[in-house]
This record gives sequence, structure tokens and C-alpha cells, in this order.
Amino acid sequence: MTAVVGTRMLRKEDPELLTGEARYVDDLVIPGALHLAIVRSTYAHATIKSVDVSAALAQPGVVAAFSGADLRPEWAGPMPCAWPVTEDMLNPEHFPIAVHTACYVGDAVAVVVAETDVAARDAAELVEVDFDVLPAVVDLEDALSDRVLVHEALGTNRSYTWELIPDADAVEEAFANASHTVVERYVQQRLIPSAMETRGVVAVPAVYGGEITLYTSTQIPHILRVLAALTVGVSESKLRVVAPSVGGGFGSKLDVYAEELLCLALARRLRRPVRWSEDRMENTQATIQGRGMIQHMELAADADGRVTAVRARLLADMGAYLQLVTPGIPLLGAFLYGGVYDIPAYSFVCTGVFTTKTPTDAYRGAGRPEATYALERAMDALARQVGVDPAEIRRRNFIHPDQFPYSSSGGLIFDSGNYEPALARAMEMAGYDQVRSDQAARRSAGATKHLGIGLSSYVEMCGLAPSRVLSALRYVAGGWESSTVRFLPTGKVQVVTGTTPHGQGHETSWSMIVADQLGVSPDDVEVLHSDTSIAPHGMDTYGSRSLSVGGTALWLATEKVIDKAKLIAAHQLEVAAEDLDYAGGTFTVKGSPDRTMAIGAVAFEAFTAHNLPDGLEPNLEASSHWDPPNFTFPFGTHICVVEVDEETGKVDVLKYVAVDDCGTQINPLIIEGQVHGGIVQGAAQALFEEAIYDEDGNLVTSSLADYLVPSAADFPSMQTDTTVTPSPTNPMGVKGVGEAGTIAAAPAVMNAIIDALSPFGITDIDMPATPQRIWTAIKQSTDASGASGASGAGASGASGANGASGAGANGGPR
Amino acid sequence: MIPASFDYRRAASADEAIALLTENGDDAKLLAGGHSLLPLMKLRLARPSVLIDISRLADLSYIRADGDQIAIGALTRHHDVEVSELLAREVPLLPAAAGQVGDPQIRHRGTIGGSLAHGDPASDLPAVVLALGGSMVVRGPGGERSIPATEFFAGFMETALAADEVLTEIRVPRLEGAGWSFQKFNRRAHDWAIVGVAAVRRGAGSGANGGGAGVALVNMASTPVRATAVEEALAGGASATEAAAHAADGLDPPSDINATPEFRRHLAQVLVRRALEEAGA
Ligand SMILES: Cc1cc2nc3c(=O)[nH]c(=O)nc-3n(C[C@H](O)[C@H](O)[C@H](O)COP(=O)(O)OP(=O)(O)OC[C@H]3O[C@@H](n4cnc5c(N)ncnc54)[C@H](O)[C@@H]3O)c2cc1C
Repeated sequence: MTAVVGTRMLRKEDPELLTGEARYVDDLVIPGALHLAIVRSTYAHATIKSVDVSAALAQPGVVAAFSGADLRPEWAGPMPCAWPVTEDMLNPEHFPIAVHTACYVGDAVAVVVAETDVAARDAAELVEVDFDVLPAVVDLEDALSDRVLVHEALGTNRSYTWELIPDADAVEEAFANASHTVVERYVQQRLIPSAMETRGVVAVPAVYGGEITLYTSTQIPHILRVLAALTVGVSESKLRVVAPSVGGGFGSKLDVYAEELLCLALARRLRRPVRWSEDRMENTQATIQGRGMIQHMELAADADGRVTAVRARLLADMGAYLQLVTPGIPLLGAFLYGGVYDIPAYSFVCTGVFTTKTPTDAYRGAGRPEATYALERAMDALARQVGVDPAEIRRRNFIHPDQFPYSSSGGLIFDSGNYEPALARAMEMAGYDQVRSDQAARRSAGATKHLGIGLSSYVEMCGLAPSRVLSALRYVAGGWESSTVRFLPTGKVQVVTGTTPHGQGHETSWSMIVADQLGVSPDDVEVLHSDTSIAPHGMDTYGSRSLSVGGTALWLATEKVIDKAKLIAAHQLEVAAEDLDYAGGTFTVKGSPDRTMAIGAVAFEAFTAHNLPDGLEPNLEASSHWDPPNFTFPFGTHICVVEVDEETGKVDVLKYVAVDDCGTQINPLIIEGQVHGGIVQGAAQALFEEAIYDEDGNLVTSSLADYLVPSAADFPSMQTDTTVTPSPTNPMGVKGVGEAGTIAAAPAVMNAIIDALSPFGITDIDMPATPQRIWTAIKQSTDASGASGASGAGASGASGANGASGAGANGGPR
Repeated sequence: MIPASFDYRRAASADEAIALLTENGDDAKLLAGGHSLLPLMKLRLARPSVLIDISRLADLSYIRADGDQIAIGALTRHHDVEVSELLAREVPLLPAAAGQVGDPQIRHRGTIGGSLAHGDPASDLPAVVLALGGSMVVRGPGGERSIPATEFFAGFMETALAADEVLTEIRVPRLEGAGWSFQKFNRRAHDWAIVGVAAVRRGAGSGANGGGAGVALVNMASTPVRATAVEEALAGGASATEAAAHAADGLDPPSDINATPEFRRHLAQVLVRRALEEAGA
């Protein structure tokens, strides 16, 4: 077999997905299933005085209806948070359905179960909830003032403050001695992850044996199984969790959700399957949101612009409650506020704050896009101060290739890197010098359409995670991954993985890895996953971990299979194992190229067990549980070229170039796909997407008409390239690429916009850079400065349209 | 996202639709392409108890020349307007605008009649028909009448159509080589206009359809609206820039998450200027 690793093999998953054969939760035909509809709070903050379900119960087809108080006895514990980031972190107890107080619009307050979906939804409209409305608190800084308490009993809205300050004196000293200091404030707006498939759940009690199977659109069947068992109070061994085809997650399906627990509890109580499927508006309110931060970012630098210290202070919006890993998300970026630069002194502090909004949690990149954004925006600010080109300020500060493995001042060891070639290649592809001269030409001609060019050099940490590091971060689980590889008698190979693909193409990549190791066709490798009965051990898929951790477990398990096969081949060929070479699926006696045995033939011998070495067990099968010794650190440089129309404030992205280094490449086609999607998702934060709440805590952008997810028509064709710097952390040298695009893109786009607007003295625009915001900023700058145009007045106050009251004069949705 | 329950009737002819409307009164709604009505029903903001489906009335889907005018059947899909050779020749403004409605899926379902009858100030085609000086042919129990576009849009999502009337035809005058422009400003390619402008500039007194300019605005008021101050300024000899300064005169544009009224006024001025420049003298 010719090697397949490194080739652009088409994805095995795609025919099924493209022909509609794939089955998502909502496609599963489950006779006799009841349908769950959820009555949600229409207030951001309210005491639940009473819930009257009698009218709903009287409707035809309705089987049951309950309030939060009715269901309280179903819960063996509150909703789980697996990441108590500090010893004194405040974590308000909350249940799948609110009992006393609703804390965000969308919080569940009653449920209706009926024979059909329509009957359940119609009856849900008839549930009467008597609310005592409490004040909402939407703004992060307002929440920090404790003017309005989200959870009265806590006495504060501050959940925790987490610090990473290895040497406070060094930081103070660097700022005291700095020739340049940059002091910036950035807002990370909340984002709605918007997976194409909304969530869906079915809990199916077995007809015999007391087991319940939970089919759910999740990224984490394994983690969910443990935590759902604990919360609902069933034995873990009686709970099977299956994730069928999952239509995207982006972190939003990395959670233990109320609806999963409700379906389980109701199926147990009613002894019938119970199913729920989320509609798009529910998805915007009841599924976690991402980002939501205010970042205070400071750099100290010497006269040449060499950064000597970074100081980052964050306010992070938890939303109303702590979900699975809500408080830990900012910490995933905590180590990266120094990025690709050799910065000796480091200080990071994050305070998590409750607000009366949908909880936040992991969203593609989780902490790392935020860190990269703050740093890359600040580096451009520094370049402006020092008076050098943004590319030059980056070159001056890069960690050099001979410094790897590099001990960062944030306390991590960067495995490998070579940052300058990626920057140089990206500049070449973007035609950097040409764009700069076009830009100058337009400016001197007085054009009203301004060119801007933005750079973003990033490093991220992937491969979550060394279990000991997770322990140090107070995460309650480990970060290993597991895999089993077995030969079937026919010579086909079955792979069991603990990762949970939901669009990433693991079946393809995993098959390619094993195919090369075992010398079989990738078509002869079957990858089993996402079912806790088939793959009992796993830590699932998030944080670009699957290949570097799960793929390594797979690689190691396959090596074990080869080691065992070698013993059998040696026995059959009547030589010592040391006398065999192995390559491409064939054992060959050293020095006798005609004495060979294919591993498939060995597998059959292992199966029949007619003639095995004494003491050797039958069958060729092995498992491996791999706990990585370190994270991996992919990196790269992205460049964006925009045109900003001064008259309308509209931004057109003219060019987007990405050079990424994710170490060894298994399938460049899949890498490109991940990068393309990631870039547009990151650029969407810069240009389009924002979860807007009014002052009463209502989500104004609760449909895809108002929450602007871009389509292919809104972004130019991207030019991508790669460099390859293998990771020494794992045997294949792989790093991970699921989030790179998202991490790099937002600062590249925003730096380009700010660059375009520099003739107006504008140094900041909040994301997304809407026409309204840009127009307002230009207007303020020209109104204020008259002819001078160099006032440097920030325009971050140029918020969206007034009041953000959405519907506005001419009504709501069309 | 499931509508409240309703009865469904399919009309075999416009007359049957009128009869069904008469029978069911205010509770009934006509269903054409469904791309404005069904979203409202799914959000349960509209709850008609009877839907009268006219989407298959093939005899109301046509584009044909009729003297100085082009007549378009109310059930003609946006896509058919977009690709019509007759319109490309005679009224190119209309297919240009129809081609910017939503995305291809929407253009294959939505109808010109539905767009006009819905009376949404953010829709593209009402402004186009206003700028062209077109008219609507409507039929009710008492027969047929013609309503000029200037009198058709009565209020926010309200038209001069009576509850028992069906819009059957839209009539627009041939452009006869007059300059035109359609400017649509939005954030994503398939979005509604934040502000839009349809403009027609005929040479003075040329041709059977008269002279002067027609300028109409999308999403600048509670109805699709003519920019009469711009038209008057042009008639008085103003340049494109001078006339465009009057784009928002007397208008009270809406406020939403995409734009403040102030920004909309500004956009209207910029877009009207660009439209007039593109349409030429
Ligand atoms: C995602 C999305 C994006 C869109 N973007 C745009 C856009 O950018 N620009 C734009 O202009 N439009 C846009 N639309 C609206 C689209 O053009 C609709 O097709 C159109 O507005 C309504 O036409 P319809 O045939 O679908 O009407 P329907 O939804 O079937 O009906 C709309 C209303 O008109 C009434 N009606 C329909 N036909 C008649 C008739 N013959 N006589 C009397 N009453 C009638 C109905 O009873 C109903 O009240 C968008 C729609 C969607 C869903």
C-alpha cells in the first residue's frame, strides 16, 4: 500500500452527509416517544410566584406538565460545573428547571410532555407563570458594582478572581522603566455559536434491564454520561450516551444541558421515551454563548519597541450560572497574552462576573481568540507609538527558533515554533508592499474608499491536556484519551476512539493513520466512536485535542498491535522477533527479503489460534490510554486587506491570506477545511456577529435575521499555505488545527480596519465593526478635530444603533 | 417555530380566492410564496385561521408587453422577474432589484404580488414600482380596479387592498432608455436593505411615459416612500449632489440594531446621490 498520510484524501464521512443519509437526533424514529416542550422565562430576572399547568394538562394529547418545584425531587444534585477555578469561587446552585428564581430570558420554568411535538408546544403556551419581576443586570461593569445582585444569597456578582503573576516586581519594574506603554481596553462581544444543527435529545428507557439510552447532539458523550448519572441519580452503568451525527458544535455542545437531564428524568418518571428538539430561537437563548469580556491590556516596551512586560486584566461574563466549564474559559487564554513574543514579565488577572443573561461557556478557540485579539491589537498600537510598520514590530519581538522549547513568562513550555517564515510567506502572498503603496496612493489622491492591511501572528495551545496541568488548574478530570485497535478475522481493522467527531473528519484521519501503520487500505479501517457502550473510555472532542491526544492514543495502540503481531510472525517464520523488519504491513526476515509474512495473515493466525507461541493470547487487539506530557503550540500569521467606504462605513474584505503551522499534516484537505471555516467564524466576530441584549436583559438578536452569521457571499476566497514544524510532544509530531482560523482572524480583520481608518486618527472600533459604528467614529473624529485629524480619539463608545431595542419602529421579524 | 393551527384551502382561480376571502373575512390570509407570511406565522406573530393558497394560479404568473406598459402577473416569482428578457430590455431596473431580493431560494418562492401586498417598507420591489410610477390591478367581489403605486401603501404593512381583494397584476411603464439605478445597502449579501434607493431619470418630456425623475426609498419610513423633495429639486434643476441632500426631508426613518435614524438619513443622502449619478441626466 502506498502511504496515505499527507495526501488530500476525500472525507469518508461526506457521501453520507451530502446525500442526507446521516441521521441526526431529530431524525431518529423512536416509536412511542413523548415530546417535551419547555416554558421559558420571558424575564431576565424574576421570582417565580406560582406556576399553573392545569390549562395545559387539559389539552388533548398532553401527558404531563410540571413546574420546577414539582421536579425538584428528581435531581440528586445541582447542574454540574467541572472547573472550580479557585478555592473560593462562588457557584450558585441551579437545577435543570428553575425552582424559585429565573435568572435569564430562556431559563426553563415549566415543562409540558405530550404525544406530539405540536400538542406539547401548543399546550406550553397555556402554562401560566406568575412572575415577580426583579431588576436585570446586563452590563459587565455594572454587574461588578453589585448594584443589582443576580443571586441575592451570594451577596455579590463576583464569582472568582484568578491570577497568574509569576513575578509581580518584574512587571512593575518593566512598566516603570518603559519607553513606551500601551494601555488599551477591548470589548469581546458575546457570540451565539449557531451550530447548523440545533440541539436535540431523546432518552429511551430499555424494555428490559433498566438501562436508559440518551441520544443527544453532544460533543461529550463520555463526560455527559458521568455527570448526568450524578445529577439525575442513576447508576452510570445504567446510562448509555450516544451522539449520532452531530451537525456542528463549536464548543456549544460541550456541556451538560438542562434538556438532557430533563429528558432523562421525565423518561424515568413516565417510563416512556421522551424527546426534545430545540428550535432556532431557543438555540439563541438556551444554548451557551461565547466570549463576553472586557479586556484591559497593557504593554511595556523599550525605545525600539521590544516588549518587556504584559499586563492583562479581564472581566469575564459568566452569564446567570456556571455551566460545565464556564469559569475556566478565560483561563484557556490566560497563558497566551504574550503570544508569539519573547516577553520577560507577565501578569494576568481575570474576574468572573454574573449577569442576568444566558450562561457563557466554550466557543471555538475558548479564551485563545480573546487573548490573541488583545495582544495583536495592542502590538499594532505599539507599532503606531514606536513609528514602525506592524510587521517590523512583530519581527523585533518574535521568540527565535533557537529558543525552543521555550519557557514562556506565563509558565508554559512552547514545544516548537518558527514564527518568522510564516510571517514572511504571508506577506509575500498578500503582496504586502504593493498594498502599502496602493494605500498611500489612494490617501494622497483623497479617495473615499480607504485600504487597510491587518496582521495577526498567533500561537495557541492545543491538545487538552496534560492531566497534571489540569489538576494544577483545578479542573476535576484528566486530559488523556483512549483508543482500541483490533484486527477482524477478514483482515479488516476496527478502531475505537474516545474522541467524538462532529464535523472534523476523524473517521477519515484516523483511518489514514492506521492504514499507513498497518499497510491496509483506509477503506478497510472502520472507526467507531460517540457511543459509551462501544467506546467506554474517552474525554471527547474540544480544544483541538482530538488528533494530538486521541490520534496519539490510536497510534500507540496500533504500535502495540504491531508488536504483538511481530511475536506471532516470528513464531510462524521460525526466527527470533529481533530478526524481523516491519514496514508497510509486512514482516520480513532480516537479510532474507523473500521470507515475509503480511500482518493480515498474522491477524488470521491470531484469530484461529491454531499455532501461536506458547503463552500468547489469541487475537490482535490492543488499547492505549495516552496522557500528553505537554500541550502542543500551533502558530501562524494571517493577513487581511480591507476597503472601508468612508461615506457609508461599510467594510469589504478584499483579500485574506493565512499561513498556519499545525505540525505534521495527516490530511491537508481537512486542514484547509478547518482553516477556512475558522477564518470566517473569526472574521464574523470582527464584522457581523453580536448577541445584543436590551437593558431589560432581552436578547434582541434571537433569530438568524438579526444575528448575522455570514455566508459564502460575504467573504472572499481565501489564500492559505502552511509551514511544517513538527511537535516533539507526540510521536507523529501533530499539533491541531480546529481553532487556528478563529483565533487568528478577528484581530487580522480589525487591525486592517483600524489601519484603513488611521487617517482619521481612529484607534479603536468595537466589534463587530458595523457600518453604523464606523460611520459614527469617522463623524466624531472629523467633527472633533476639524482639520487636524490626528487627535487619536478612540471611538469605542460608538456603540451600535441607539438603544439596541431591536424591533424598533417598524416591528420585529419580517 | 411551528405555526398555530390553521385551515388550508387551495384556490383554483382568483375568483375562488375572492369567494373564499369573502366567506372567511378577516381571519383568512392569502398564501403566495409564503416567504413573508410563513415566518410571521412560525413566530406566531400572525395567526390566520384560514390560509387560502393561491401559489399555483399559473394564469397569474406572466410578464407581457401591453402598449406603453409591461404587465406582470402577481404570482410571478422574483426569479422569473430577475431573468426576464422582456424586462431586461424594457424596464431593467425591475430585474436588477429582483435579483437582489434575499437569496436564490427566496427568489424562487417569493412573488412580486406578495412583496407588494405585504407592504413592508424594507422590501425592495415596492420602492421600485413607486419610482417607476407603476400601478396595481386588484380584483374583488365587485370587480377590478387599478390603484396607482403612490396610493397603494397606506401604513406600516398596510395597503389599499380590501380584505376581500386579490392583487392580480402589477403594471409598470417602459423605461424607453431612461437612466436608472438601484442601490441597496446591507451588511450581508442576502439581507434586507438597511436603506435602499430606486431611481429613474427620464429626459424631459421624452416618450409616451413622460419626463422627470422618480426616486423612491426602502426602509426610510413606515411605508415604502417616494423621495418627493429630491424629485422636486431635480425638476428645479438641482445637481445630483444638491438634490440628494434632500433625500431624507420630512422622513422619520426607523431605528433598529443596524442603524439609527440619523445614520439612515445620512445613508439615504449618499445612496440617492450615487443612484442619481448612476442614472445619469
Ligand atoms: C430570509 C428572507 C430574506 C428576504 N429578503 C428580502 C429582501 O432582501 N428584499 C425583499 O424585498 N424581500 C425579501 N424577503 C421577502 C420576500 O421577497 C417575500 O417573498 C415577499 O416579501 C413576499 O412574497 P410572497 O410571495 O412570499 O408572499 P407571502 O408571504 O405568501 O404573502 C405576504 C403577504 O401578502 C399577501 N398576499 C400575497 N399575495 C397576494 C395577492 N396576490 N393579493 C393579495 N394579497 C397577497 C399575503 O396574504 C400575506 O399577507 C425575504 C424573505 C426571507 C424569508
